[in-house]
Amino acid sequence: MAVSPTTSPTSPPGGSSRRLAGGASSSVREDRQRSFEIVRNLTVREVRTQFKRTALGRLWSFINPLVTLAILSVVFGLFLRVPFQPSRNGDLHVFVLFLAAALIPWNFMSGAITAGMNSLVVNSGLLTKVYFPRFVLPMSVILSMTLTFAIEMGVLLVVVGLAGGFEVLLFVPAIAVFMVLISAFAIGIAMSLSIAMVYFRDTQHIMSLFMQLWFYATPIIYPLTLITDDVQQRVDDRGWTVLGQAIPLELIYGLNPAAAFTGAFRTMIYDYAWPTAGQWVICLAWAVASVLVGLLVFRKFSARVVEEL
Amino acid sequence: MSTPAVVVDDVSKSFRVYRDRNQSLKATILRRGRATYEDFWALRDVSLEIPEGGTFGLLGHNGSGKSTMLKCIARILQPNTGTITTRGRVAAMLELGSGFHPELTGRENIYLNGSILGMSKREIDLKLEAIVDFAGIGAFIDQPVKNYSSGMYVRLGFSIAIHVEPDVLLADEILAVGDMQFQEKCREKFAEFRNDGRTVVVVSHGLGEMRSLCDRAAWLDHGTLVDVGKATDIVDEYTETGHAAQEVTDGGMRWGSGEIQVERVELLDAHGQDQRTFRTGDAMTVRLHYVAPGGVDTPVFGASIHTLEGTHLWSHHTRDAGFVPARLQGSGSVDLVVPALPLQPGVFELNTSVVDEQITHDYDQHRRAARFEVMVGAPRESGGPIVLGSRWENFSPPVALVPAGQDVRTATAE
Ligand SMILES: Nc1ncnc2c1ncn2[C@@H]1O[C@H](COP(=O)(O)OP(=O)(O)OP(=O)(O)O)[C@@H](O)[C@H]1O
Ligand SMILES: [Mg+2]
Repeated sequence: MAVSPTTSPTSPPGGSSRRLAGGASSSVREDRQRSFEIVRNLTVREVRTQFKRTALGRLWSFINPLVTLAILSVVFGLFLRVPFQPSRNGDLHVFVLFLAAALIPWNFMSGAITAGMNSLVVNSGLLTKVYFPRFVLPMSVILSMTLTFAIEMGVLLVVVGLAGGFEVLLFVPAIAVFMVLISAFAIGIAMSLSIAMVYFRDTQHIMSLFMQLWFYATPIIYPLTLITDDVQQRVDDRGWTVLGQAIPLELIYGLNPAAAFTGAFRTMIYDYAWPTAGQWVICLAWAVASVLVGLLVFRKFSARVVEEL
Repeated sequence: MSTPAVVVDDVSKSFRVYRDRNQSLKATILRRGRATYEDFWALRDVSLEIPEGGTFGLLGHNGSGKSTMLKCIARILQPNTGTITTRGRVAAMLELGSGFHPELTGRENIYLNGSILGMSKREIDLKLEAIVDFAGIGAFIDQPVKNYSSGMYVRLGFSIAIHVEPDVLLADEILAVGDMQFQEKCREKFAEFRNDGRTVVVVSHGLGEMRSLCDRAAWLDHGTLVDVGKATDIVDEYTETGHAAQEVTDGGMRWGSGEIQVERVELLDAHGQDQRTFRTGDAMTVRLHYVAPGGVDTPVFGASIHTLEGTHLWSHHTRDAGFVPARLQGSGSVDLVVPALPLQPGVFELNTSVVDEQITHDYDQHRRAARFEVMVGAPRESGGPIVLGSRWENFSPPVALVPAGQDVRTATAE
């Protein structure tokens, strides 16, 4: 046995003490550094195992969105002829690209929320055997998906560049910021849902329904203007009201965080325009709010989560 | 005893036991969000101190809260009330497995698990070889761990846990899974830990193991602490109540179903005299007088010798010796012959047993059935409980020796 009997270099010299249940931890910094390392390792693990034992491996992460993109383009672009505007500043009027600019971020977000939601239950083996801060699970699962997301966005930017001009690359810094915001939003939601999932396994079924609803309620396969002009007109014409009030579709859509995020991406990648101050603020607010709620839920429930698994 | 490694102060832990597990939304809504559960107290007001640098055992029946205690110390579970203070790094090896990812190879899992247990990548790089070595799983290290046997799983998990070089190592029933060679390695490792001043907390149902392995022990029963103290005392106390043993007149204890009993033990010297005093190197015959009024098929007799501190020195039973009678009825005796006692001077205790052929059922277990003293005889060796009949030889290059019997003290001190 070639093990040195001396204590390891990273263990605290005098031995640190910690107290449970209400006592303040004296090694918060050490904990944080450890969490960071664990997040990194789990993320790498996710990336490595995602496509293990599949013949096409990582290719699947491109086949999936491509097929969805193709189906939706044929059905909505070709058959149903969804009315969509040409790019505002670029030289583009292609439905596939109009769709992809919003669909790729959406796919990432919904996939991340679903995977993050399941992360505690899936990793129950790990949770019941070793102690580590629980939040690293939803976090690392989602971080591992950002890799695929980034590659997809890169490919999209190249294709859009070829079709409509490479000025689109000007927006890359802003696109990166919105990618961070949408990831944070997904992490926050996933943290709350992962706890809910431990207590009620129904959560996953409810969420798969809700995700479908959410998808169609978000202007991804159609432009927002279709709702605010055309549909609003028809609703008003028929005199539909709620509690005697006209139905304010634009306001309702404004409350949908997915609409805000996908809208911002479409503004940059399809319209070649900077997001408005409103878009910046709304997306930032959603990201911050979601993370805060996620942290609060986690703080309240994570202590008992392991035994409820 | 210096500062304790772990202080458990008035810890209680309850689990929610759902009458109708509330994992469906319908049930929740019907009960207006209130699940019907009862608090089940797995630990209740437990306070104990685990001293630094030693092996500490937890014993108790199934469901008495041992694993829960370890999980609380490892921070996996949070107690409802009370505090647990630990000094230094804690690593746990809890029940089966240690959260390996089945699709990853052993090597990848070492990195993953190591980092979760608090090792840096560089640290793992340095120790990788030692970890693989100790686990002894050889070429399987680059196989996905789902192809491992359960023993290999535990070996790898345990190997990682000890190479974290924790100040406190928690081990839940790991010895039960490994093979003999691995158990030996574990014991060695525990000893090494103790010498380094680290602390090991073990849970095991092997009482002999607890006795020989642990310095101190705590006994849990239905979540409450019954007693804590010297491991040998606690194990004795535990077995005594566990088997509802009756004290016998000479201070030993016995239990068993009683179809056959060893009613009397004689220790005979070379002249056939019942003695309680022998010399090192003397012949000794242990004569077990049995009674089996109703008759018993294939009983297996056994005898073992322990030091007063409870260290198990030796045992032998008739099954291993190939000396099992087909059937015994009435009364009689059987002899166990020791040609030359290989014991150092001291006081020893003899336990006797009669069990069934599968060694699963106790007819009669008699702890401390007899006590005998060994006095100085031949050979004479320096220390410990046993003599090996050893010799010192061959100074190379040869040197002059101090003549035997003449001031040996100064010779050995130099
Ligand atoms: N997550 C849980 N939810 C509900 N009850 C639990 C949970 N974990 C443990 N218990 C209960 O707590 C009690 C103590 O369990 P524990 O695992 O600590 O026993 P143990 O002493 O380790 O037993 P064993 O010797 O069988 O390993 C048991 O009655 C068990 O049913
Ligand atoms: Mg247990």
